[in-house]
Amino acid sequence: MSSQKPVLIVENLSVSFATPDGIVHAVNDLSFVLHEGETLGIVGESGSGKSVTAASLMRLNNSVTATSTGRVVVAGVDVLSASEADVRRLRGSEIAMVFQDPMSALNPYYTVGYQIAEAYEVHHPEASKAQVNAKVLEMMTKVGIPNPAQRADEYPHQFSGGMRQRIVIAIALVNDPKILIADEPTTALDVTVQAQILDLMLALQVENGMAILLITHDLGVIAEVARDVLVMYAGRVVEKADVEDLFEIPTHPYSWGLLGAVASLEVSSRGHLRTIEGTPPSLLNLPSGCAFHPRCSFASENGSRCTTETPLLVQKGPKHSFSACHLPVERIVEIGQKVGN
Amino acid sequence: MFLFVVRRLFFAVLLLLAVSVVTYLLFSALPVDPAALTCGKNCKPDIIAANRIRLGYDKSIVEQYWLFLKGIFVGRDYGMGQAAFSCPAPSFGYSFAQHECVTTLIGRTFPVTAYLSIGAFIMWMIIGVGSGAIAALNKGKWQDRLANAFTAVGVSLPTFYVGLLVLFSVVIWLGILPFPDYVSPLEDPIKFLNAMILPWLTLAILSAASYTRLTRNGMLEAMNEDFVRLGVAKGLSRSVVLRKYVMRAAMVPIVTIAGLDFASLLGGAIITESVFSLPGMGKLAIRSVVESDLPVLVGTTLVSAVFIVLANVIVDIMYGVLDPRVRVK
Amino acid sequence: MFTPIALEAKNLVKYFPTGHQGLLGRPTKELKAVDGVSFVLRQGETLGIVGESGCGKSTLARLITRLLDATSGEVILDGKDITSIKGRELRAVRQKLQMIFQDPYSSLNPRHSVGQIISGPLEVQGIIPDGGVKKRVQEMMELVGLNPEHYNRYPHEFSGGQRQRIGIARSLILNPSIIIADEPVSALDVSIQAQILNLLEKLQQELGLSFVFIAHDLSVVRHIADQVAVMYLGKIVEMGPSADVYASALHPYTTALLSAVPVPNPKMRGASGRIRLEGDVPSPVDPPSGCRFRTRCWKATDLCALEEPALADAGGGHLVACHHPMEASERAGKPHSDR
Repeated sequence: MSSQKPVLIVENLSVSFATPDGIVHAVNDLSFVLHEGETLGIVGESGSGKSVTAASLMRLNNSVTATSTGRVVVAGVDVLSASEADVRRLRGSEIAMVFQDPMSALNPYYTVGYQIAEAYEVHHPEASKAQVNAKVLEMMTKVGIPNPAQRADEYPHQFSGGMRQRIVIAIALVNDPKILIADEPTTALDVTVQAQILDLMLALQVENGMAILLITHDLGVIAEVARDVLVMYAGRVVEKADVEDLFEIPTHPYSWGLLGAVASLEVSSRGHLRTIEGTPPSLLNLPSGCAFHPRCSFASENGSRCTTETPLLVQKGPKHSFSACHLPVERIVEIGQKVGN
Repeated sequence: MFLFVVRRLFFAVLLLLAVSVVTYLLFSALPVDPAALTCGKNCKPDIIAANRIRLGYDKSIVEQYWLFLKGIFVGRDYGMGQAAFSCPAPSFGYSFAQHECVTTLIGRTFPVTAYLSIGAFIMWMIIGVGSGAIAALNKGKWQDRLANAFTAVGVSLPTFYVGLLVLFSVVIWLGILPFPDYVSPLEDPIKFLNAMILPWLTLAILSAASYTRLTRNGMLEAMNEDFVRLGVAKGLSRSVVLRKYVMRAAMVPIVTIAGLDFASLLGGAIITESVFSLPGMGKLAIRSVVESDLPVLVGTTLVSAVFIVLANVIVDIMYGVLDPRVRVK
Repeated sequence: MFTPIALEAKNLVKYFPTGHQGLLGRPTKELKAVDGVSFVLRQGETLGIVGESGCGKSTLARLITRLLDATSGEVILDGKDITSIKGRELRAVRQKLQMIFQDPYSSLNPRHSVGQIISGPLEVQGIIPDGGVKKRVQEMMELVGLNPEHYNRYPHEFSGGQRQRIGIARSLILNPSIIIADEPVSALDVSIQAQILNLLEKLQQELGLSFVFIAHDLSVVRHIADQVAVMYLGKIVEMGPSADVYASALHPYTTALLSAVPVPNPKMRGASGRIRLEGDVPSPVDPPSGCRFRTRCWKATDLCALEEPALADAGGGHLVACHHPMEASERAGKPHSDR
């Protein structure tokens, strides 16, 4: 599988923001590779740094307050250090993005047809008006909008949430990008519409062969869509695994806590839900050592190591499972297997 | 859309009628006898009585109002025989203090106010929106701080103070310009500009301040919108994103408020006209107050009201044009 | 079996005027947000109400708590209809019937301290509890798992989950018997959701509360509810004991809704029998004739357009409003529709 060509390489990405309260360390030392046609999921709760990561890949973070280090390589260009013009050439053509809230992602002042056309024209300045129009209709048909010729002249507010998300997808895919970043693409939608949108994205992936980076808090969505998964906590990847391994034998205490909370919701029996005690840490003031240690029931098993030393991402458990935890392999797998059942 | 406009205009007319009733009643309730003001100090009671009949002040207030309203549409005749004269439609009455039809007075003073308003409006929009945009694009830097200071000073200073300050510094202290002396632009465009530049500047400085703030905040707010990020993510250039995404969103409230500000200026910039002795409608209104010249007072008030009401209708329509979300299907 | 009734809704209707036309701009249409909803909430039980956005579930919550006035219908509490009471009587009802809101960020006044927020209802009702307000508030804080020493802190100093605990403490301070919770966990992270749900269950057992729990998340409702009502376009289409509804849904909409929920098990991926609904929910201003779900239903026939199916008992208190309810064979095997 990994013999396929990498389309996105992220090396040691760190992003911090200057705020009036201090420096927020949103992403810390993140590395991963996305291959052609692959679907990689990033899962995490609010404040885990997953959305900041998404924005960094296209250099969409606020250029005044954000500081990014490391490398993000798309089509041979380091997005973090390239000139504005070079990055602009990549945006929308090599790498495109679908946002969380389709209600606010479209410009309310222009028709949807215009907004799709605009995305195409900026990378195809030579296209004639007729070609552009044909492309707009083609994309609208592709994403399943009925009466595209008529609806192209309507404004975003005249569409339902699901239809708007289809338009956003049409805009993202109009230039056949190799990478699609989907940042919580279905979170704002109803379940039945969510199912439609996920199906659509997967169908289009089969057609275009693009790689999808799916960012979500919903493990159900991850289970249905992703092949590999990064679990993020407080700006770091705590686990990196094949999706089936992750759900079967999570190799990080946070992952199994997260899975446990969801899994116990799925079963019908009422009773006490498994939870992770406490709340995620403030990114202004991260805990020392492993950021998860204040909420981890096993931190004490390692003496003071968890509170002083940041664990590295190393292989634990199954072949493709990497996790950042000081616990011995056997102990983690033991814990993980309890959850897997 | 058509029905929407018709409905708005219908309500605008109703509103103006109501305003005219209230204005007329309010000013008629003032403890002055308009007939007594028609002749000088050595007036005899019989002349006052004759004038009262001639001007219709002997009739009931309802009848007076009816005559006034009718006059707007068909004109109005005063007196009889040799002494008869008339104010053709639209007539707002006859000013005995100035011995002219009110409409003639307004017609003469309005162009001055219009020149003042239009010039000031253009200046303040350029200064206000321009400095607001520069501040937003340089948030937190010295340009932004400068704009903030300008806003704070501009919104807190009173008109007469800025007017006198400008007048003093430019005319008396620096001596760059002569003291403003209004001349019609049709007569002498250079002299006209000389007279208008300072009042324009005064109004522009004062109003621009709030537009600076409005533009800056509107743009900063828009820059945080998801759709602006999507614009950037499409690969659009910064200038296109700023123009089509950021400015477009920030412009909607600006246009709304600009329309209303402009209209209220058209009704007479009383203080500015007084400071720079411009013979505009504001000055006319002030004079009518001082002289208790009721017909002129009612006339200028109504004309101002017409502008405000019309501007509201236009702004509503513009709102629909600018923002498809409020467009009526 | 014969638990006493805590609250009953009878044929509740709420229409909102909409659409302005004509010279005077009178509203010409009605948005039928809630259109004839009846249910029974038994003491100490939880009634879950699920549905997608626009189905009327939040309007329903506001009708029950009298934050909105019903167009018609009754809400019966202690044998009395509370939809038209006013003044002191209404205040007395508010004491028994409290609400928990969705958004822990906007439902707390940022300028009030936690103590002020939680004691707010006492002040409104003019009640001074034994031992004083502060003691009572701190008891409540302890009960919902907040540190009572944080009495003087402000909402922004708390995380989302803790804020929701503040909201819960506020709703409990008057000793209500019924809590209406409108999407109480949907703004929270998964790990925090579980904490809050555990808390609500603990409180229900300790205080004998009855809950109306409104949510779009089927898993959450499944976990907490004894009875479930599924709403679509202002009407209840299916209602019954939670276990029955989830195990053997009778209404095609319920089946589709359950089937659309992503399963957190990658091995189930692409499992056959997925039902995918097409299109969007029609406008509640102009709902379809007959059965409101028929425009998206793969089982719809001419009958569905002509006649509105009544909500009728299909056995064991499991109610469904459908002319062609799901057969056991359809559920187990292969729903033919995967269009």
